[in-house]
Amino acid sequence: MKNPQTAQQKQYQQRVNEKMPRSNVLSQCLRAFVSGGIICCIGQAVRAWGQGPLGLSEENLAAFTAMVMVFLGATLTGLGVYDKIGTWAGAGSIVPITGFANSVVSPAMEFKREGFVMGVGAKLFSIAGPVLVYGISASILVGLVTCLLK
Amino acid sequence: MKNKRIGRQTLAFPQPPRIISSAAIVGDIEGQGPLGAYFDQVLEDDTWGEASWEKAERKMFEQTVRRALQKIDLESSDLDCLLGGDLLNQIISANFAARELKTPFLGLYGACSTMAESLLLGSILIDGGYADRVACAATSHFCTAERQFRNPLEMGGQTTPTAQRTVTGAGSTILADNGYGGKALYGNVQVTAGTIGRVIDLGITDSNNMGAAMAPAAADTLCTHLSDTGRSIRDYDLIVTGDLGRFGSEMFLELCSDHGIDAQRRHLDCGNLIFSAAQKVDCGGSGCGCSACVLNSYLLGRLEQGELRRIFFIATGALMSTTSGMQSDSIPGIAHGVVLERR
Amino acid sequence: MLDYLCAFVIGGGICVIGQLLISLTRLTPARILVIFVTAGVFLTALGLYEPLVEFAGAGATVPLTGFGYSLATGAMEGAMENGVIGAFTGGITATAGGVSAAILFGYINALIFTPKAKK
Repeated sequence: MKNPQTAQQKQYQQRVNEKMPRSNVLSQCLRAFVSGGIICCIGQAVRAWGQGPLGLSEENLAAFTAMVMVFLGATLTGLGVYDKIGTWAGAGSIVPITGFANSVVSPAMEFKREGFVMGVGAKLFSIAGPVLVYGISASILVGLVTCLLK
Repeated sequence: MKNKRIGRQTLAFPQPPRIISSAAIVGDIEGQGPLGAYFDQVLEDDTWGEASWEKAERKMFEQTVRRALQKIDLESSDLDCLLGGDLLNQIISANFAARELKTPFLGLYGACSTMAESLLLGSILIDGGYADRVACAATSHFCTAERQFRNPLEMGGQTTPTAQRTVTGAGSTILADNGYGGKALYGNVQVTAGTIGRVIDLGITDSNNMGAAMAPAAADTLCTHLSDTGRSIRDYDLIVTGDLGRFGSEMFLELCSDHGIDAQRRHLDCGNLIFSAAQKVDCGGSGCGCSACVLNSYLLGRLEQGELRRIFFIATGALMSTTSGMQSDSIPGIAHGVVLERR
Repeated sequence: MLDYLCAFVIGGGICVIGQLLISLTRLTPARILVIFVTAGVFLTALGLYEPLVEFAGAGATVPLTGFGYSLATGAMEGAMENGVIGAFTGGITATAGGVSAAILFGYINALIFTPKAKK
């Protein structure tokens, strides 16, 4: 697919790679750990709330936690807070389900000016769509294998 | 008919066009930067009262041309041609602004090299006797560029240290033939030569490292220019690159020194000038508005005041698109240069 | 209190894996999300994720691997109860709450708010 590279190109890329300023991976990981941990603790608190005061069944508990976390992620995105958290937290705010909500809301907000059908409607899943495609396909595969093994 | 060309890529202008006016409009963050005081207008709101950022961007393009004309009591009907462009698909900002300005218009796409490209072509038109007054302009907008090339604004995440921030800004230059006798902002600042850049691609694929992708093109244009003209780097007070940023500038200087050119002490980069280190913008500014607004305020001002006598302005462009990026193509770079002198 | 400590450590740890992928391989966030969901599905199918959920609760279910966990457990339970039909419906049924919430809250937020440039 790619054209073979000349010696000059290889040499330049090597030079760029050597001199390029890099982010501090250790500090990034530390921040991801702390922020991801905090978000999961919030999730744990939501879970405890559903379990205790609301008395939800074990099956509904998972869905409830996901819904509340998605709500929080979506609202913080709308308020313009989540991108600021993301600048500090990196993967700590991308990997939790709140990050999934962020990836749903942010393009939808952005494309409001392109209309409500092909703008907001279509863009809701422009980043999160692939997540559902691969996640759901994989789950069907796992389900079918379960059928075979049963 | 080769007498106006020197060497392989350089054009000399025997009847050098004069720069008679210029204007620059920038966004609020650019206004807070070190050059804030030099700009004609700093926007408080990045939509400028319009319904979308795209509309704000075309308004910046239109207003920067009008502003430059206003300063010397001309109107858009006094222009023989408008040359310019922006970063958006099908250069809509420039096209729609040209609709309002109603001047003959040649739309250009040179990515972030557009400002130098328009000055080069405008000078050719004037030196060739095809036009008396030409406006050259370029614009970019952080929000429109982000959504076209990168991620939605509210999407959380980190940038890499080599990333650059697209400048919200527009700049325009008004060129006139040297017989022009009307009101002028600049005493005798002329475009005396230009070097047309080649597309150079050394295989950088990271769109967050555009400085490194464009540096080879800038170095190539500078080296070619010097060998075409037989000049040395000491003949210039400054070599100004468009938007290489901090890391791109480092690579540019290295590539120059590979060719035996020590540009270190005479080099400035608009992307480094426009933001201060305290403004968290990683490697500096980028976008065609970056070099356009720095040239048309700060640099031309210094030329006029006599602090600078002759500069080589090289605007650098990264010629990728979202499609080429997704197909993992590398980023071709281009750099056009113009010699600006005060006589 | 121990619940929260476990959630913090495991949840934070999963995010660190994501951070390493981003920092060292330059994967985009969209790819990270896809990798994590898919990894969650397969780890669950292999029986490796369930113990983590038992141990860390929200620390394992809140990261997107937990979304994969819900998809996989749903599909496997569906397959056990309803065969092939269940294999198709189980995953989405189990995660319907989160996905529907994302659609509704996403749409509402998009209607109400306008994005702003980072300062």
